[in-house]
Amino acid sequence: MSRWQIARLVAAKDLRIERRSRVVTNQVLPFAGVTMVMFAFALDASNVLERVAPGLVWLATLFSLLLLVQRSFAVETDDGALDALRVAGVDPVAIYWGKSLALAVELAALEAVLLAAAVFLYGADVPLGGVVLLVATLLAATSGLACVGTLYGGLTAGFSGRETLLPLLVLPVVAPVLIGATRAVESALGTDGVALSEGWPWLGLLSVFAVSFGVVGALAFGPLIDEAA
Amino acid sequence: MSEPDPTQPVVELREAVAVLGGFPVLAGADIRVERGEILLLQGPNGAGKTSLLRVCAGLLPLERGTGSVFGLDLASDRQSIRPRVGLLGHHNGLYRDLTVAQNVQFWGSTVGATDAEIDAAMTRLGVRDRLADVPVAKLSAGQKRRSALACLVARRAELWLLDEPHAGLDAAARDELDATLREATSVGATVMVASHELERAGALADRIVEVVGGQVRT
Repeated sequence: MSRWQIARLVAAKDLRIERRSRVVTNQVLPFAGVTMVMFAFALDASNVLERVAPGLVWLATLFSLLLLVQRSFAVETDDGALDALRVAGVDPVAIYWGKSLALAVELAALEAVLLAAAVFLYGADVPLGGVVLLVATLLAATSGLACVGTLYGGLTAGFSGRETLLPLLVLPVVAPVLIGATRAVESALGTDGVALSEGWPWLGLLSVFAVSFGVVGALAFGPLIDEAA
Repeated sequence: MSEPDPTQPVVELREAVAVLGGFPVLAGADIRVERGEILLLQGPNGAGKTSLLRVCAGLLPLERGTGSVFGLDLASDRQSIRPRVGLLGHHNGLYRDLTVAQNVQFWGSTVGATDAEIDAAMTRLGVRDRLADVPVAKLSAGQKRRSALACLVARRAELWLLDEPHAGLDAAARDELDATLREATSVGATVMVASHELERAGALADRIVEVVGGQVRT
């Protein structure tokens, strides 16, 4: 089995578990939705909401990411499957890529719903010219978040108190994604008259972040889960 | 990567010392396990039985001494050893939201097992007909153990390291497990069982060694 085949196997397994357990659809999605509504209550004035909508979408995404990562590794540690994967000598790079891929798919579905909620709740507008930048931003930011989430999920998987440790470790690291993705989406939506061209450098930052963590995570994941066990 | 040597014992440790959290859990252990053998590691809690199994699985490195599994060096060839070893500890390594068949399929697929091999593994452990489509979360303790062993068979593990395998099983499930282990050794597997239930596990074993204070007494 090639590394890519194992990665697909791991991703398919994670997505199958989600399809059966429906944790994302029954718990994470409602949580993200409630977060969006609470933001709407807190920032009642419609002109404020429209201006800050991109940032709120990404904040809700980050909070949801923490739940998704914890769930992704809870299924591995509940009955010792992560240990079993290590004993079986399954390539840790393939495990990392597979789990990142499954997490990215779940995040992308969540972001699509959150963006739709932003359009509905906050009155955000999506001009046709910004669609390419918007989609590219979603892809790059989602990849970066999935890679960071999987790396730190693996690191904390063997620790007691991982539920509180994970946010402490992940949130500072993904701050560049929050900033970059918010600015890029502001440009794509033309929020506050921000020009479309201003969004592309932010997309560049998100892409560099995603590639960096994709590489670093793949190299570090094996030793990290070995140490954490 | 070194090739396994078929003339070597399956497991051989000499003066093995392993440390966990700053404490020595193996203190100069010597052991030799031959192919097709069922070896019982007997001893009180905290004696080092589980650590010995984890060393053999390549999960716990040796601080001193030497060790080999299938003739491969535990220090330098852990990645070659691991795919041939199956460790069943207090957990079963199953995904509770997946069915038995999906679990066995997943673990078999990690080594490229064919559908026929996966089917045969499930048949051999008696989980193919009634349990295949049952989610693991709904299984009894004994059924989970059998499903976990089916996963070991599907991924072609040759050395089975079982930590207190009879724990939590009723009498019928224990008999089934013993029969499964005997059958596994008859087709070439080697089994190391850690247990403090001498009476129960002793009847199953070909040989019994005592683990005390991180050392092995034959």
